[in-house]
Formats: sequence, C-alpha cells, structure tokens
Amino acid sequence: MGREPWSEPRTRQIVEEHAGLEGPLMPILHACVETFGCVPQEAVPVIAKELNLSRAEVHGVVTFYHDFRREPAGQHTLKMCRAEACQAMGCEDLVKRAEDRLGIKCGETSADGRVTLEPIYCLGLCATAPSAMIDGRVVGRLSEKKLDKLLKGAGA
Amino acid sequence: MTLKLYIPKDAAAVACGADEAAAAIVKAAKKEKVKIDLVRNGSRGMLWLEPLLEVEGDDGVRYGFGPVEDDDISDLVKAGLFEKEPAKIKHKLAVGPVEEIPFFKKQTRLTFMRCGLADPVSLKDYKRMRGYKGLEKALAMEPIDIVDEVAKSGLRGRGGAGFPTGIKWKTVHDTPPQQKYIVCNADEGDSGTFADRMIMEGDPFVLIEGMTIAGIAVGATKGYIYLRSEYPHAQIALNTAIDAARRGGYLGEDVMGSGKAFELEVRMGAGAYVCGEETSLLESLEGKRGLVRAKPPLPAHVGLFGKPTIINNVLTLAAVPYIMDEGGQAYADYGMGRSRGTMPIQLAGNLKHGGLFETAFGITLGELVDEIGGGTLSGRPFKAVQVGGPLGAYFPRSHFDTPFDYEAFAKRDGLIGHAGVVVFDDTADMMAQARFAFEFCAVESCGKCTPCRIGSTRGLETLDKVKAGERAEANLAVVEDLCNTMKFGSLCALGGFTPYPVMSALTHFPEDFGRPPKKMSEAAE
Repeated sequence: MGREPWSEPRTRQIVEEHAGLEGPLMPILHACVETFGCVPQEAVPVIAKELNLSRAEVHGVVTFYHDFRREPAGQHTLKMCRAEACQAMGCEDLVKRAEDRLGIKCGETSADGRVTLEPIYCLGLCATAPSAMIDGRVVGRLSEKKLDKLLKGAGA
Repeated sequence: MTLKLYIPKDAAAVACGADEAAAAIVKAAKKEKVKIDLVRNGSRGMLWLEPLLEVEGDDGVRYGFGPVEDDDISDLVKAGLFEKEPAKIKHKLAVGPVEEIPFFKKQTRLTFMRCGLADPVSLKDYKRMRGYKGLEKALAMEPIDIVDEVAKSGLRGRGGAGFPTGIKWKTVHDTPPQQKYIVCNADEGDSGTFADRMIMEGDPFVLIEGMTIAGIAVGATKGYIYLRSEYPHAQIALNTAIDAARRGGYLGEDVMGSGKAFELEVRMGAGAYVCGEETSLLESLEGKRGLVRAKPPLPAHVGLFGKPTIINNVLTLAAVPYIMDEGGQAYADYGMGRSRGTMPIQLAGNLKHGGLFETAFGITLGELVDEIGGGTLSGRPFKAVQVGGPLGAYFPRSHFDTPFDYEAFAKRDGLIGHAGVVVFDDTADMMAQARFAFEFCAVESCGKCTPCRIGSTRGLETLDKVKAGERAEANLAVVEDLCNTMKFGSLCALGGFTPYPVMSALTHFPEDFGRPPKKMSEAAE
C-alpha cells in the first residue's frame, strides 16, 4: 500500500490515467487506495468533478465497498478469515487471540499504529483453513504459533 | 536429462509455504550442482498435501511428496531427490505416483483436465494439451451452431442458479447486432468455494478461450472478468495469460486470423459479497454502488451499460472449450437427470482430505464427506455439512444419501450453489451458525429491498433474544416467519437464500436452539 500524501494534482492525474476505460470509477478508487493508502474525503469532490458525477454518487460508491477505506490503515494489515470454512477450523479463537495481543477489536488499528486487524470473508483457501493475509501475503493452516509469529513480525 | 520438478504457484500452496520450499529446492540444486527444471504449476487439487512437490521419473510418471516445507528439502535431498529415480525415494512425505492417489484417480476431470499439469501461463503448454482446439472449431462454425452445441451439452450456470447456459446465449445471440458484452462472474465470495480461483490460477487460458468462444457465438467484441480483490494471485495469472493470448493472436482485432475481434479486461471488485449477484456485479462494473437490479429486463437484453450481455460464472465459461472440442453430447453423457456434465466440487472446512474433486453429477453427499473427504480432520464426530456457501443449507448425516444434483438438493430444501462443501464436527453450535447467516446478510445486504435489509438485522436480534432465553419459543416463531418473508420477498439470492442456513439449522438441529431433539424416525426423513 502506498503512503504518498494526498494531493489534488495527483488525484487528477489518476483520473486521467483511467479516462479511456468504460466505467472508470472503481479502477480510479482502487488506484487512490494504492497511492494514498485510502480514499480521503478531499478526493471525492475532485474525482466527481473530473468524471462529471455528483459528489453524492462518488461518496456512495466509496462507502459501499469494504476495500475503499476512508483513512489509512496501520503499517501492517492483518486480515483474518471469519467465514464458515475457517469457523469450522476454529478461526474465532485465533481472532480472539489476535485481538487480545493487540488490545483492539477486529476492524481497529493498534494504538501504536503498527497493525490493523480486519475480518475478511473468504480468501478461497478453505481446504487449508484457518486462513489469513498479512500485507497481501496469504497464510494457510493458521495456528496459534503461526499467528504469534506473524504478529511479532509486524512488531506487535 | 534435466530433472523435472513441480511445485504449485496456487495461492493455497503458497499460503502453506510453496514459495519457500521452491527457493530451498533451487538452493539445494545449486549446492549439489544438479541441473533442474522447476515448474511452478497449478494445484492438483489435493490440498491437504500442499505444497505438493512432484518429481518426474524417466517414464514420465510424476511422484509426489507432500506437504513439503522448506526445512524438509535437505532431508529429501539426502533421500535421493536429485537422483532421477523418484520411485525409489523412501521418505515419510512420499505419496507415490500422484495420479494413482484415489482422490485423484476417482475424478472425471473435464474442466480441470489441464490444471496442475504444467506452467499455467505458458501458451505453448496450453496448446500442447488441446488448448484452443475448441475455439478453432467454433470459428469454423456458424455462430448459432455454437450456441446449439452449448445447449446440447446441457450445461447449466455453475454459479449457483443453474440456469441453462444455451438459453442465455441464444437470447443474446438473437438480439440485433450492436455492442454486446461477455462478463465473467469471478466474484467467488462463498466460503468453502475455491474452484474459480484454482482454475484462474491453474489454467487461466481455458477461461479466456471460453469467453472468446462466447464472444464469437453471440457477436460480442468485449469481455470483462470481474474478479474479487481477495484473489491477487488470480489477477496476476489472468493478466499474464491475457497478454500471452493477445501476443499469440488469440485475442484482439483478428482472433486466430478469423477477422473477428474479441478483447478482454480484468476488473477488480472491492470486497462486496453482493457483487457476486449478476445484476449487482454489472452495476459495480459500471462504477456504481453494487445495488441489485430488478428483473426483467434480463441482462441478456439490457446488461452492461444497457447492452445485451452474457454473464456467466468462471466454471460455466471454462467448461465451454471442452464442449466445443469434444462436442456437446460428450459432455452431456456425464451426469444425472437435468444436471449434465461434471461439477468441480470443493471439499473444505473440517475435513481430512480437503480439495477440488471434479466428478459427474450424481455422487452422494455421504460419499463426498466420508469416502473422498475422509471424515473430519479433528477426528471428532461429524455434525453438519453446509453445501453451497453461506446461503446453503446445513445437512445432518441423515441426508448423506442426497445425490449431488440441482433438483435433489432443492427437494430437500438445500442447494448445491457453487458446490462448496464445508464440514463441521460436533463442536459446532448450530444456533451460532444460524446467527452468523443473519449477521453476514445484514453486513453484506445492498439495502435495496426491505426483506433483506431489515429482515437480516431483525433476525439477528431475535436469535440473540432466543439465546438469552427471552420467550424462546415465541421468538423462534418470529424467526421462522421472518425467514418466510425473506425467502419469498427478497429481490435476489442474498436475502432470498439466507433462510436456507437458518431454517436448516433450526430444522435439523433443534436441540441447539433449546428445542427437544429430533426423534430418530424424523431424523431419517
């Protein structure tokens, strides 16, 4: 995830890069998250103006999808699968363990800003459950030991 | 001869350490000064063995070792990994000739015939294994004959709804010439399903070929693959394969020199489950909130950007190259009743042998769980199996005689959906599972229709009251009533099918809701 500070010219540039696509809004918002780490509120009117949409329309799309976060995540993002196949293999105990270790609830970022813990509903690794993803890297057969190692690696 | 080894690049294998194991093999080979050719293939689908290392003997037979982790490699080298006689390697991870493993041998692999055999993004390998034969035949036919061939195969939508593919294609074919689209639904959000992911990572060309055939058949020049953002590995594989196909003349202005154009683009979803619903997906592709559209009009008439659109699941489109190559009848010869052909079934959850099992329709649920899957991984008694993802019903052991068939599952108030099979042992609390179904629906509801938007939230609250012992019976009656309203009043399958997991849990496992257990005679119903 990129951590470039938000700027209006950069946002305009992103819109321009996608101008040739049919239905460009989703790719533009993905590019914003990649570049700025999130879709900041200030970006919404800029994108709306460039695409000739209302601010409400863009705001509506940003808030509809889980991926378009409004604020940057912590340095590391740990996504833990909580869907049925992982439930059958005890993912809830592991989520609880991660929450306790980080002193936060799933969906929050640790106080030191190091780790964001998020639920994810299915990574498609259902036969090697429980599964997780840390900073885009997939992890299967998650155990207490593996989880502790991931958290330690993330500096938590 | 260079020693040929395989270790998958499939996300499930990578999640279990395939990249590290591959690096360790390369390092060891360098140290031992052995020349090796290490292929990063797709997965063979026996996921309990992943990462599965395969070593090819002189006779071409591939011997397996798994699950292999990086620190097993030095031990395997000592046992003779590099000595070119894999059959003689004695090691605790040895599983023998991979294609002789019963889980693999019992399958009928049509859609997955190539998956795991070679480098998934090598166009040369794809063509060597009958790749693009289907498209070649399609290009020599009249478009309507392509549609008829697909209709003859009996292929039905593999995404869950089971709608006859031939009819869908015919509808788009019959619309007047204009911009038309082929959209592939690769928003495989159901827990317990991973067949789309596996084929996209393990044999992306088969999907590309299937979509190209669809385009030629109905006169569409542009295709989109709407891929969920949870699948970054599939995104890379698809884009690499699309580039290769374009360079090879299989995509673009002049597909295989036919003068016909077809272009493809991968678009990423953004974590909304409801976008797996076809009309919500189309809205999302257009850059809007993923709100479900009311039907009619059907997407076949008014689809993407208001144009006639075929929207099919990954597995549906990936079945097409085989059908065109071998003929619709060859495909229809497999299966039972109105469920023709094969289904890539995904065995997951608390199961000893989880993985992808492609087989003709008709295999029973019991065979899948007990024989193929080998029972629970935890070793505890089996309790329930959920078939068809988060919107599928929970079945008890008494339903093990249900054959895998769209109609047979519907008759028992269940669905096969995208053929995910998730097994739970006796530690599962079915009231908690029912509660989760409501909770998931409440979070993921697009909000357009009231039964789904409000019903799921009220259902969740009401089940919490039951759990707290607050007028349990009266509140369970409210849950049942709510489910009825959601089932018949919702716009799409999210609200309409959430009652399946809830009601099946309540019906088959009443004791988990504080009701008296079912009598044996009822349980056998």
